[in-house]
Amino acid sequence: MEGLPVPQRSDSVAASDTHVSVTDLDKTYRLPAGGAVAALRHIDLELRRGEFVSVVGPSGCGKSTLLKCIAGIASVSGGAIRVDDEIVVQPPDDMAIVFQRDILLDWRTVIENVLFPIEIKRLRKENWIGPARDLLSSMGLAGYEQRHPWELSGGQRQRVAICRALIQEPHLLLMDEPFGALDALTRDELNLELQRLWMSTQKTVLFITHSIGEAVLLSDRVVVMGANPGRILETIDIDLPRPRSLDSRETPEFGRYAKRIRGMFEALGLLKGKP
Amino acid sequence: MKRASSSAVVIVGFFLIWEFCVRIFKVPNYLLPSPSEILVELAHDPLWYLRHAAYTVGACLLGFFLALILGVLAAIGIVYSRVLENTLYTLLVSMNSIPKIALAPLFIIWMGTNLSSKVAISMLIALFSIVIDTVLGLRSVDPDVLDMTKSMRATPLQVLWKVRFPTALPHMFAGMKVAISLALVGAIAGEFVASQVGLGYVILTAQGMFQISRVFAAVTLLGVLGTILFYLVGLVERLVMPWHVSQRSTAQASY
Repeated sequence: MEGLPVPQRSDSVAASDTHVSVTDLDKTYRLPAGGAVAALRHIDLELRRGEFVSVVGPSGCGKSTLLKCIAGIASVSGGAIRVDDEIVVQPPDDMAIVFQRDILLDWRTVIENVLFPIEIKRLRKENWIGPARDLLSSMGLAGYEQRHPWELSGGQRQRVAICRALIQEPHLLLMDEPFGALDALTRDELNLELQRLWMSTQKTVLFITHSIGEAVLLSDRVVVMGANPGRILETIDIDLPRPRSLDSRETPEFGRYAKRIRGMFEALGLLKGKP
Repeated sequence: MKRASSSAVVIVGFFLIWEFCVRIFKVPNYLLPSPSEILVELAHDPLWYLRHAAYTVGACLLGFFLALILGVLAAIGIVYSRVLENTLYTLLVSMNSIPKIALAPLFIIWMGTNLSSKVAISMLIALFSIVIDTVLGLRSVDPDVLDMTKSMRATPLQVLWKVRFPTALPHMFAGMKVAISLALVGAIAGEFVASQVGLGYVILTAQGMFQISRVFAAVTLLGVLGTILFYLVGLVERLVMPWHVSQRSTAQASY
């Protein structure tokens, strides 16, 4: 990870230990035909600085909506979201999103895709070519700078998308099922890389997933959500030693956490696992 | 390259069969001249044909580029403004059902018999496909990409220039390929109505004097010019967006 831009954060740590706080958040979608759907109801959530928090839940439980609200790209219907003690009305500084699909821009080369946020933020591109190269090589993509997205595999494309988020030097990294579209092996690999990255930079990460295993493997805390309306069922502290390896998944403690979360979904009538 | 040579074979074959049939069935040349007669006619005064062809192509290209500029500007307006979408776009779509060639005589009355009226007709007839395809292209941006630019607090101009416009390019080129052929139709239509020069004028006067081989010479020239113009748009397309799916098979060979 040498040469990676390390965020300056000593001042902000002193200011407050809470990085993101969501209080009594409601989000209602108005239907075009009239009427409304409650996507999120009474959400309370706090992310401590440098914490890795996953949100798991069935599809349609509003976990992506929650992420978009925190990112300031979706409006809220009630309650408040604060990032660094400021109410979110527009996308906060020091925040970056990794989406489920890599959404790389086809007409740009790999390095131009990574530099896209730099262009948008009107920074001097020359100063960022070095960091962009370093990021790419730290993700195992050295030599791919001048390739086009369509020449890359799904896993490589998502790595580029992660580099595009990291070049913004975010203190807060929001990830919306970033590995959901990848095959199991690539997913495992990227999970470990994400853990390494998080441990070396101590960013605050909000990680949306529908994989219980992925959530337990990566997180300090797992937030379990239910649907109709989207609400938080429980928040579980994952007290497993770091760094965690893929073998950690075989340990009895890991199994207990996974079982506990699965039990919550079963209680909801989802995942009827018994034959 | 393989496709180019095979289409050359098809075209040469077509003319050979034509020549053959005219000779075997002794078709009188005031009905259908043979390709060799057309060639002789063209070679008779190539500069004269060139002058008329240049006028027609000039009108066509001016009309096309005007349509491109106006069409793209209109499309941007339509995509960004609900008011323009409800007025201009609705108007354009309903106007498109009028065969625009029917308006050619009006343009001659409004603008006279000189080049400007042909350019105007040519532009009008080419405009629609450019507007429609550009609007479609500018709108076909992935919502997630828009969310991403929003999260980076991109300005509307940045989104237009760095995201919407490149996304729209493949659609725009599809529109331009239709538009360039239509622009040529527009130029000819203008010349049919009133002109002293141009291939449309050549066809009309030659027809009046039963110079059928001259009519065919002009028509053949139009066919060649139309094909060249179409391929020029395709060439620019390949240069502008080598990254696009439709161009990849050729680009990938270099890796």
